[in-house]
Amino acid sequence: MIRVANLHKSFRGQKVLKGVNIEFARGKITTIVGTSGCGKTVLLKHLNALLLPDKGEIFIDSVDISKLRQKELYQIRAKFGVLFQGAALLDSMSVFENVGFPLREKTKMKESNIKKKVADRLEQVGLGEMGHKLPAELSGGMRKRAGLARALIMDPEIVLFDEPTTGLDPVLATSIHQLIARTQEAFGFTGIIVSHTIPQVFEISDYVAMLANGVVEELTPPEVFCSSQNPIVQQFIHGKTEGPIQVL
Amino acid sequence: MVSFLGRIGRFAIDQIAGMGRMFLFLVSAILLAFRRPAKLRLIVYHIKTIGVDSLSVVALSGFFTGMVMGFQGYYSLRKFNAESWLGSATALGLLRELGPVLSAFMVTGRTGSAMAAELGTMRATEQIDALYSMAINPIKYLVSPRIIAGLIAMPLLTAIFNVIGIFGSYVVGVGMLSVSSGSFFSGMENSVVFHDVYSGITKSVCFGLIITWICCYKGFHASPMATGVSQATTESVVLSFVLILVWDYFLTSIML
Ligand SMILES: Nc1ncnc2c1ncn2[C@@H]1O[C@H](COP(=O)(O)OP(=O)(O)O)[C@@H](O)[C@H]1O
Ligand SMILES: [Mg+2]
Repeated sequence: MIRVANLHKSFRGQKVLKGVNIEFARGKITTIVGTSGCGKTVLLKHLNALLLPDKGEIFIDSVDISKLRQKELYQIRAKFGVLFQGAALLDSMSVFENVGFPLREKTKMKESNIKKKVADRLEQVGLGEMGHKLPAELSGGMRKRAGLARALIMDPEIVLFDEPTTGLDPVLATSIHQLIARTQEAFGFTGIIVSHTIPQVFEISDYVAMLANGVVEELTPPEVFCSSQNPIVQQFIHGKTEGPIQVL
Repeated sequence: MVSFLGRIGRFAIDQIAGMGRMFLFLVSAILLAFRRPAKLRLIVYHIKTIGVDSLSVVALSGFFTGMVMGFQGYYSLRKFNAESWLGSATALGLLRELGPVLSAFMVTGRTGSAMAAELGTMRATEQIDALYSMAINPIKYLVSPRIIAGLIAMPLLTAIFNVIGIFGSYVVGVGMLSVSSGSFFSGMENSVVFHDVYSGITKSVCFGLIITWICCYKGFHASPMATGVSQATTESVVLSFVLILVWDYFLTSIML
């Protein structure tokens, strides 16, 4: 279980998060929506301590990670798999090495087993033939899928997906959604997705949270979310520029 | 007036805090280098990139520096009828001073800037965050091997610079002007002592540390935008140049 309590964060005087409170249910998929630049990535990066809060607490299994020391933070981070917005594959390595990298660095697995596992996972995300290529030689969608394979390779308890389908065509987006749902069923991880691909992403979500003006406005199942009377949610779903969300 | 003083105070505090962060960065990179598992493969890889990248510019600049020293040395020494000392004058100048400093400049321009740009890009594209999130310490993985490689590669490049520079001076002095080959080398043999070589090597090791440290720090902490990367690259080159010259002064005054 992950709980965020009264999280504040600002960058050089710019207040991004102003008291975020949210709970992510174990073994479920929660989707976070919100306008671009409202701080979704910043919120995700607090969950595995890539950023530290100015104020507030983050509990992972009832441990407050904002009070941990460096060494303990590494143990917390090992529980997470992360798919970054731009996939963040290491560009000096081939796709195959990228996906196998956590195994090689963090486990004592035999080389032959690593090869087998990585080949399996690449097959699953439809990149069976692409292992030898460098990230720069792949399309955006392929990079995202490779990033997904890497995020899942350590069988993490919690997986963070930062805009897994942004910039992809609708067919590919759906296939990524299915991939997330399938692997979630298979491994039972807690999934947290940041996405703009609405309403398609709601099909695989158990809960939807709306981040606006630096706080979480709603946290409801997707059916309830769409019919919510909250003016902020209404404005967002219908893409209006007039309303309570402060657009730059 | 008060706000003016406040701004000066803030500036001073920021600068000092920045220096502290840079120093801590270096300390943790060095400590992590000794932590297992040792990244031997990465160290060798970076020695190779630093060495191969910079070899041609170091060789070329070494040759021309040597040739210039041949002409200038000949011109000055002839005033005292001491042309035969050309070999020793060149060798001392190169070994003690010009070799380490100029080859450090070349390596900064060629490899250091590339290092800052590479790490800056990794920061901007979240690759450094990705390493953290895979529970891999990016300082140990990215920075420590580069610093160790710099410590090893820099003296080697400096030695190559020196040898080629002496050859350049030989080509000019003996080949084009009227210095005899025998006196060129015997003068060198008589005047160069081990301490000259030693002080040059010490300098080049320090410069190797300065270059990799500054360039890695600036790249690692680049602000995550395209302009952040270019700014980090520029800053790393300028700061490396300045620190090389300042540190050169200190070492020279200590080891003279
Ligand atoms: N490391 C950082 N330094 C300075 N500002 C940042 C940093 N990270 C994020 N921000 C700022 O925080 C705001 C929210 O960013 P982000 O969380 O990336 O938005 P999004 O919701 O689109 O993911 C942006 O205005 C961005 O400029
Ligand atoms: Mg984002």
